[in-house]
Amino acid sequence: MSILLNKESRIVVHGITGSTGTFHAKQCLEYGSKIVAGMTPGKGGTEHLGVPVFNTVLEAVRATRADASLIFVPPPAAADSILEAVDAGIATVICITEGIPVLDMVRVKKALAGRPTKLIGPNCPGVITPGQCKAGIMPGYIHKPGPVGVVSRSGTLTYEAVWQLTQRGLGQSTVVGIGGDPVAGSSFVDILRLYEADDETKAVVLIGEIGGSAEEEAAEFYKKEMSKPVFAFVAGRTAPPGRRMGHAGAIIEGGSGTHASKVEALKRVGIHVVDNLSGIGEAVCRTMGLAGSIR
Amino acid sequence: MKLLEYEAKRIFETAGIPVPRTGGVITKAAQLPAALRRAGKGPWVLKAQVLAGGRGKAGGVKLVKTPAEAREAAKAMLGMKIATHQTHGSALSVREVLVDQASKIAREIYLSVVLDRREACPVVIASAEGGMQIEELAKSRPEAILRERVDSVRGMEPFQARRLAFRLGVPVSELGSFVRLVSALVRLFVDLDASLVEVNPLILTAEGRLLAIDGKIVVDDNALFRHKELSARKDPEATALEREAKKVGINYIGLDGNIGCMVNGAGLAMGTMDTVALAGGTPANFLDVGGGATAEQVAAAFRIILKDPKVRTILINIFGGIMRCDVIAQGVLEAVKKVKLSVPLVVRLEGTNVAEGRELLRRSGLRMEQAESLWDAAQKAVSAAAR
Repeated sequence: MSILLNKESRIVVHGITGSTGTFHAKQCLEYGSKIVAGMTPGKGGTEHLGVPVFNTVLEAVRATRADASLIFVPPPAAADSILEAVDAGIATVICITEGIPVLDMVRVKKALAGRPTKLIGPNCPGVITPGQCKAGIMPGYIHKPGPVGVVSRSGTLTYEAVWQLTQRGLGQSTVVGIGGDPVAGSSFVDILRLYEADDETKAVVLIGEIGGSAEEEAAEFYKKEMSKPVFAFVAGRTAPPGRRMGHAGAIIEGGSGTHASKVEALKRVGIHVVDNLSGIGEAVCRTMGLAGSIR
Repeated sequence: MKLLEYEAKRIFETAGIPVPRTGGVITKAAQLPAALRRAGKGPWVLKAQVLAGGRGKAGGVKLVKTPAEAREAAKAMLGMKIATHQTHGSALSVREVLVDQASKIAREIYLSVVLDRREACPVVIASAEGGMQIEELAKSRPEAILRERVDSVRGMEPFQARRLAFRLGVPVSELGSFVRLVSALVRLFVDLDASLVEVNPLILTAEGRLLAIDGKIVVDDNALFRHKELSARKDPEATALEREAKKVGINYIGLDGNIGCMVNGAGLAMGTMDTVALAGGTPANFLDVGGGATAEQVAAAFRIILKDPKVRTILINIFGGIMRCDVIAQGVLEAVKKVKLSVPLVVRLEGTNVAEGRELLRRSGLRMEQAESLWDAAQKAVSAAAR
């Protein structure tokens, strides 16, 4: 088992003919992901990277039974592309695009309410189930199959954590980047719920950052509904208030969303908070009683 | 992007939100008499146009009764440095002063529209205790803060605005204008792609009129592509160095420390700053070179970091994913040759082809320390900066 994606997942890549879409779709194909279709309006009927390209997502779904979307569409058109996937009944939509206006995402969230579609992102590295399916921009080789779920608001910070785990022989069930925007398709809670229900996942690493209240909500959820151990790291201890630290969502506003309040909330419910970014892998190994030496 | 008070109030006026009669903004004392004439008869209020709450306490707001008093105040205010609890240790120079007709205040109300991140919708926040810092009120008396969530498509429903009005104690005679005012604020929030529209305070004048005497608007940077009139504007908050970085696609925020950080990815950049602090050092900046970390980007990042005279050492932390470490190492070497490095350099590379990357750096003969892990890198950088 795994969450969101497995080796049966059939992916349609939105914006497959663009330079970013081409580059990353190729990497995903090389990893072994089943990309069954591409979608670029106006390029329907052609073939790209050996994959048939369609004008609309609905056509792609009808012709190829695609059930996952991977979106590389520029910010002004990205929200529309997400809505098109939702409308076509795609089960898992992963949006990589960075820089989508917040109010566009407010519109998307409204459209998602009551629909079965799960949206991951935007502004995220994507989702990977090691050894089975990679739908995103993360380097595939740093991952290995195993029992740890990793969920994160940041891209390269996720790679750092995953690499620490892999180097210690600890593989991952599924790694999910939920993205660094203020309004995201899925929250920590949404993904923790999936990990809790997944047989293969034995422990979870949660990587948060300053801004918003997603970590505090995760703490609440952990207290009420989770039995599996969770390890957390929160970036931004040294970030000044009022400044947007790269990610649109990583900003301390009016005294809320601070590093201290998040760490406090997580510790209070018994989540193991790692202070040193370099110590994530070691902490998981030590607590889980697993092989801990770096190979 | 944050707008200055006078910019916000100009937008309010266009949207039909009542604002005080104004003489506009002056940059020289010589412009004052004309501004006073435009603002009508006194008393007037002179307000320093800086992006910081709490400027009143710092001398940035002055009530003046005569033209002579106004001249004194304008002279003192133009060029003055303002440091408040919101400027985080640094001071802002006053370049523009707003001249408004003063109003007789009977009551002050706080009113704003922000994004409710959890519910993914705009929310109107109001309090009968206007004028003060809402953050402080939220801490000391949270029950004094009222909230109405709004549908971003339908906007504020009149019943919601009325509900607020009664709880705020707005006089029945002003009910209609309050409802129009709040609806207009919400519409502004949506139309401008704002992340904050604030009126603090909204006053009831002695004559019983509603008037927005201070305003603040923050626009979502991601939405600037559809607000061309704003995207052309210079961001008053960014420093010269931050603006320069932005031009070359580098995300840079200057800080107070002496260890210059160069990292790929925003989260890892924050994490690197935190690790430096944990190792006993202080980061000089937040810098995200972008996921690609090409030779040109690395060279540009070096130039920006080195322009900060506080920097005593540079720490490069790059996790080579799709971009291989040997390519990144090549980029670092080319950049170092171009920029003439004057401070110690600590490099931590990790990821794809890391062995080749480290070997390239080692063989180059350039003076630098290589680190095995991020923790090792942070410690090496801290001791280099202390030397």
